[in-house]
Amino acid sequence: MRRVPQKTDVGPRVPYNHRHDPSKRHGVTAITGVAFKGKRIRELSPDAAVSVVDVVKGYRGAGGAETRVLDDIDLDIRRGEFFSLLGPSGCGKTTLLRLLAGFERPDAGRIIIGGQDMTGVPPHRRNVNTVFQSYALFPHLNVQDNVAFGLRMKNVPAAAQRDRVARALESVRIAEFATRRPDQLSGGQRQRVALARAIVNEPQVLLLDEPLSALDLKLRKELQVELANLQETLGITFVFVTHDQEEALVMSDRIAVMNRGRIEQLGRAEDLYERPRTAFVANFLGSSNLIPGTVQELDGTAAMIRTVHGPLRTTHGAGLRVGQDVTLSVRPEKLRMERDDVAVGNEIRARVDDIVYTGAENQYLLEAAGQRLVAFQLNSDIGADEDFDYEEQVALYLPPDNLIVLEET
Amino acid sequence: MLSVRRFLNTIGPGTLWLVAFLVLPALVMLAYSFLTRVDLARVGPPWTLESWQRVAGYDALFQEWVGDNVRVLWRSVWVAGLSTLLCVLMGYPLAFYIARQDARRKNLLLLLLIIPFWTNFLIRVYAWILILRPFDLVPSLAATFLGMVYAFVPFFVLPVYSSVEKIDWRLLEAAEDLGASPVRAFLAGVFPQTLPGLVAGIILTFIPALGTFVVSDILGGAKTALVGNVIQNQFGQAGDWPYGSALSFLLMGVVLLGLWAYARTAGQKGLEELI
Repeated sequence: MRRVPQKTDVGPRVPYNHRHDPSKRHGVTAITGVAFKGKRIRELSPDAAVSVVDVVKGYRGAGGAETRVLDDIDLDIRRGEFFSLLGPSGCGKTTLLRLLAGFERPDAGRIIIGGQDMTGVPPHRRNVNTVFQSYALFPHLNVQDNVAFGLRMKNVPAAAQRDRVARALESVRIAEFATRRPDQLSGGQRQRVALARAIVNEPQVLLLDEPLSALDLKLRKELQVELANLQETLGITFVFVTHDQEEALVMSDRIAVMNRGRIEQLGRAEDLYERPRTAFVANFLGSSNLIPGTVQELDGTAAMIRTVHGPLRTTHGAGLRVGQDVTLSVRPEKLRMERDDVAVGNEIRARVDDIVYTGAENQYLLEAAGQRLVAFQLNSDIGADEDFDYEEQVALYLPPDNLIVLEET
Repeated sequence: MLSVRRFLNTIGPGTLWLVAFLVLPALVMLAYSFLTRVDLARVGPPWTLESWQRVAGYDALFQEWVGDNVRVLWRSVWVAGLSTLLCVLMGYPLAFYIARQDARRKNLLLLLLIIPFWTNFLIRVYAWILILRPFDLVPSLAATFLGMVYAFVPFFVLPVYSSVEKIDWRLLEAAEDLGASPVRAFLAGVFPQTLPGLVAGIILTFIPALGTFVVSDILGGAKTALVGNVIQNQFGQAGDWPYGSALSFLLMGVVLLGLWAYARTAGQKGLEELI
């Protein structure tokens, strides 16, 4: 006889490392594309856990003026990846996360989760869970009741509840605090409870809203590693919101850098850091020296750029036109500082203005042709005479491979 | 050991205040309840248990036990209870409504809630007679309830309002995120946070409602006399202070019993399990 699924039936127990198969969820066939007014506007990638399709969100401020918090966001988050939304406060990253959770509705566009259109679906009917910035633990419930809350709402049988809660507490290593109340826990422990409370539901996607921002630096670094490991073990898709570029670089498989409601650049950490496309990304992720110039000549992908420091050669010239105004970007640690000018080309004569000693490296603030530049030099030997002095004239050598051409913005 | 000086410096002032204004008057009343009425509104020896016998329902004149006091007390409890329930039903949403307005409107609404206190309570209850007379509602039990809710709703709204003000609304989102429907999310995320205000509001409404005599006297008429009316009568027209004192202690006993029962059964934990 066929078993009739009942309201209390939560289906077979899903092991933590199970990858959700979007085509089989609830027996409903997953959608493969999004149409608008009968016209197919976007195909959905089959390995996407989340697809955000042309989402617009605005708020009507005082006087009826509308501010766009999200301006045409379109992205795919792959199944099982650690995805970060990185940007300064007010860039729309938290709003985007709240749209995924279902706390807000987009003005336009679609939110597809696990192959299902979730755009108008309220939060309690979505198979996603959130770890809140403030943790938002229930103060009147102890740790294990907090963690069991989601299972209780889904009417999971008591025995299975106990089992899953115990496993979740184990996986974030707070099993010994099971009967404490949230106000008897430290910040780091609360963070773990919030995490356990979310992952115990085995969501398709776990949303994390700056979960580490309230912790001190040392604990934050510890939890960064732990969180990344946890994500790998569970295989759940993580969407992580942060304004801390280092945090994003350390933990993420891919990062979307957001600014003013738009995605500036999306890619792997190395791509974003080594090949920033815009001045915003170049400066938000680490720091950069930006040098304006004009394209003088082109030779395949190589280009000669005329700047105030003289002609500079770059190997990232694909797609440029002669006469085009461009901005060059070079990371402070990718310039070589030399005492003597050996004149091999691509060098800038500069004067040392200030030296910041940070332990692992010296940061030199330099002046060249009226422009401020920064160079980092590793402190590899104690008392080495490579250290430069104030007011010293130096040559900065810019390797053509490290000189990135930014898009105009 | 607690020295006298330390006692005076720490819990001393509060204790002395309580002794002077609560314990001593209560003891005076307790003494009165065992004395005899010697004249109208005068008490004196001999010491006797007569008043307490009357409270328990012994009619000295006909030498039999009657249930009048039990009936009056029971009526008082359910009238106060129903009035409190009506206050909760009206005041709980009202507190949310006020707390969720912007600052200017919020202050205005709170002011409107408090303005009636500028007028004497007695006059306001008389005003209800004028309002209700065209509907032929005075005196009646319905008018009593109306007057009770009118009189006590601010005492309920204010403590609840101060709880609602402090609510962490993110818990509502957390509950919804974990799969709770809006109603269950409210019960799990918001309602527990309003419990302190709710309990304070209920106590502040139920206890005065239990002892009130003005509303039931003016709007209720003789048929709906409450224990408050009976007590007021003893201290007023009847001039029987010993009996009035004994009745007052009966009322106080009921209140304390109720609070004790609440603390025992439905304390923090009990209410949690309800949710």
